Amino acid sequence: MSTPFLSVQDLTVDFHTEDGVVHAVDGLSFGVEKGTTLGVVGESGSGKSVTALAVLGLHSPETAKMSGGILLDGRELIGAPRSVMERIRGNKAAMIFQDPLTSLSPYHTIGRQIGEVFRRHTGASRAAARDRAIEMLTRVGIPQPKLRVDDYPHQFSGGMRQRAMIAMALVCDPDLLIADEPTTALDVTVQAQILDLLRDLQEQTGTAIILITHDLGVVANTAHEVLVMYAGRAVERGTVREVLGEPHHPYTWGLLASMPRLSTPVDAPLRPVRGTPPSLINVPSGCPFHPRCDYPALAGPELCRTERPELSPRHGHGDACHLTLAQKQEIVR
Amino acid sequence: MKETGPTTGTAAEPLLELSGLEKHFPIMSGLVFKRQVGRVHAVDGIDLAVYPGETLGLVGESGCGKSTTGRLVARLLEPTGGTVRYGGRDITHASRRELRPIRAEIQMIFQDPYSSLNPRHTVGGIIRGPMEINGIDPPEGRERRVRELLEIVGLNPEHYNRFPHEFSGGQRQRIGVARALALNPRLIVADEPVSALDVSIQAQVVNLLRELQRELGIAFLFIAHDLAVVRHFSQRVAVMYLGKIVEIAGRDSLYERPRHPYTHALLSAVPEAEPEGRARERIRLAGDVPSPIDPPSGCRFRTRCWKAQEKCASEEPPLVRLEGSPEGHLTACHFPEAPTVHGRDVVLDPALA
Ligand SMILES: Nc1ncnc2c1ncn2[C@@H]1O[C@H](COP(=O)(O)OP(=O)(O)OP(=O)(O)O)[C@@H](O)[C@H]1O
Ligand SMILES: Nc1ncnc2c1ncn2[C@@H]1O[C@H](COP(=O)(O)OP(=O)(O)OP(=O)(O)O)[C@@H](O)[C@H]1O
Ligand code: SF4
Ligand code: SF4
Ligand SMILES: [Mg+2]
Ligand SMILES: [Mg+2]
Repeated sequence: MSTPFLSVQDLTVDFHTEDGVVHAVDGLSFGVEKGTTLGVVGESGSGKSVTALAVLGLHSPETAKMSGGILLDGRELIGAPRSVMERIRGNKAAMIFQDPLTSLSPYHTIGRQIGEVFRRHTGASRAAARDRAIEMLTRVGIPQPKLRVDDYPHQFSGGMRQRAMIAMALVCDPDLLIADEPTTALDVTVQAQILDLLRDLQEQTGTAIILITHDLGVVANTAHEVLVMYAGRAVERGTVREVLGEPHHPYTWGLLASMPRLSTPVDAPLRPVRGTPPSLINVPSGCPFHPRCDYPALAGPELCRTERPELSPRHGHGDACHLTLAQKQEIVR
Repeated sequence: MKETGPTTGTAAEPLLELSGLEKHFPIMSGLVFKRQVGRVHAVDGIDLAVYPGETLGLVGESGCGKSTTGRLVARLLEPTGGTVRYGGRDITHASRRELRPIRAEIQMIFQDPYSSLNPRHTVGGIIRGPMEINGIDPPEGRERRVRELLEIVGLNPEHYNRFPHEFSGGQRQRIGVARALALNPRLIVADEPVSALDVSIQAQVVNLLRELQRELGIAFLFIAHDLAVVRHFSQRVAVMYLGKIVEIAGRDSLYERPRHPYTHALLSAVPEAEPEGRARERIRLAGDVPSPIDPPSGCRFRTRCWKAQEKCASEEPPLVRLEGSPEGHLTACHFPEAPTVHGRDVVLDPALA
């Protein structure tokens, strides 16, 4: 099997804090091929954004300790010099950040910020960069882009800022796009439009996309493969059909059950996963999900508490849980 | 036109009543000398009522004026036109002093649990803040009251002296809820309170708000773009488009028998977590996205509406009860969908099919 366009192998990211070492990402492996989209889902704090920032080399080496491998187009990124990472960012790989407010500068107009990214990577003139900014704002559906290009971020609504961020990430046609909750702030029709835009981009340029989201509906509609994360680890992986259609991991079941749907009875309370999110400093032993899981009795309480389940099988639809396939099928039924 | 009460209650007096409410923002341009080149019609003449103890959901496209409406209601913004009545009193231009007793009754929960809490204050300080500002002394003392509030929102009262960064997103949103509850509000404006949360935490917070409403009888103006969440927490739902209300109805009527083409488009665009979701048809809105700077004449949805005819450009459709709609279901459209069309049926734009 050849190496995928982006290949992450056994990635670990630790933060050294006053309270102790935060194990934000712990032995994570996945790959993304060109022209495909990997959806990454998982609880708040499960390490999705930390993984994304690691791929783009955006963690400061002073606070974050990384190990493992990140190969982009065959090239190792962990430990790559800053100049190399800077060239890769924007040109080869771009990111749509989760928080549009803190990632746009309040002191410069939207148009200037988009234009600057373009100029930095193409050397275009100011005028050409402004035209490109207007073109990008049009593509992400900002009405009257010629007037709006001179607005400052606070004059945009939440969703408009999000779209400006998307315009900035796409301005150089990247080969790898990491979109961290790109549509969370958007209503469904604009969301649909942005997802169409990403799909078009992918068809035209073969971009590999990592789509981080807590909206399983978005994943179902746009991703090819899905990675479910819990406590910095992969707990389930497979195609959209496999993971959402026949989920194998108890955490994935919990995630799907907590989702409000247009078709569920409206007066029943929603069903969140019980318990509280795990500490990443004192990560639960064995299976990190065991304090919240309903099935250790079935799988073997001792096993769940002491032995870390590995993602298996190694390829295709895999999950990290001690339950046997027969037991899972029995539970789902 | 007078609106009727919530589908459940009788003809109660509205707690909050907006009529002809307007907010226009100036747009400045020019590099050195700023001059006004236009106005953003963020909220452009809306009529809405919220009744005691109910939730009115407010949905609509990004930039259509939902947050602006919320901020007008909480009196964080001064309207450029129309009136805001609260408990029967006109508070549109009330002074700070006149607003004082009312401010405590209308509270706001903000979208972002990360930036809306002061990182340098303890949780106890944050929740006590509004009591101090408003000079409120609960009989049991402020600290006891804060601990009680922490318990109500499902946090450990022992967390009184902790700082926001020690909490997860969902826990921080609970702190925001506790702060909003500190003054025993009668109306909470919740601006996308769960949008930034993962589904499991979102479920916790929605369940919490539902319980609070049942037990404390608080009314909510619930702003959200997730139609499935709104359905779980609202008795009535209003749909906004480009600064105007285009449809408002009891929940079931809106989700099951929407009459406005835009409501249909919204409902059909909700992605479902079924792998087959890929194949499901949805209405794709064609045409130009109009601008709130110079909104289209007549019906504002006409540049993207597949049913638009000449009349739609010349005449603004009034927000009225259409034939075949139940009481309280108002729609602003000249050529509405038949009352037999279900919200989940896809009415395809023939030009795009
Ligand atoms: N610079 C840092 N220092 C210390 N801890 C950090 C740092 N950055 C992230 N973390 C911790 O790492 C964990 C993973 O965070 P991350 O932002 O990746 O979560 P996420 O999966 O993206 O969650 P969300 O869905 O809420 O965005 C969290 O517990 C977070 O508090
Ligand atoms: N301070 C301001 N100055 C200028 N324009 C503004 C200001 N605040 C809001 N607007 C404009 O008013 C319109 C409505 O904005 P608002 O924030 O109410 O939208 P929204 O419906 O909450 O959207 P979203 O779902 O994206 O949060 C937008 O066009 C926005 O750019
Ligand atoms: S390994 Fe055990 S605790 Fe972990 S998910 Fe499976 S059954 Fe639950
Ligand atoms: S009034 Fe006309 S343009 Fe507006 S929604 Fe109805 S049919 Fe469409
Ligand atoms: Mg994140
Ligand atoms: Mg808003």
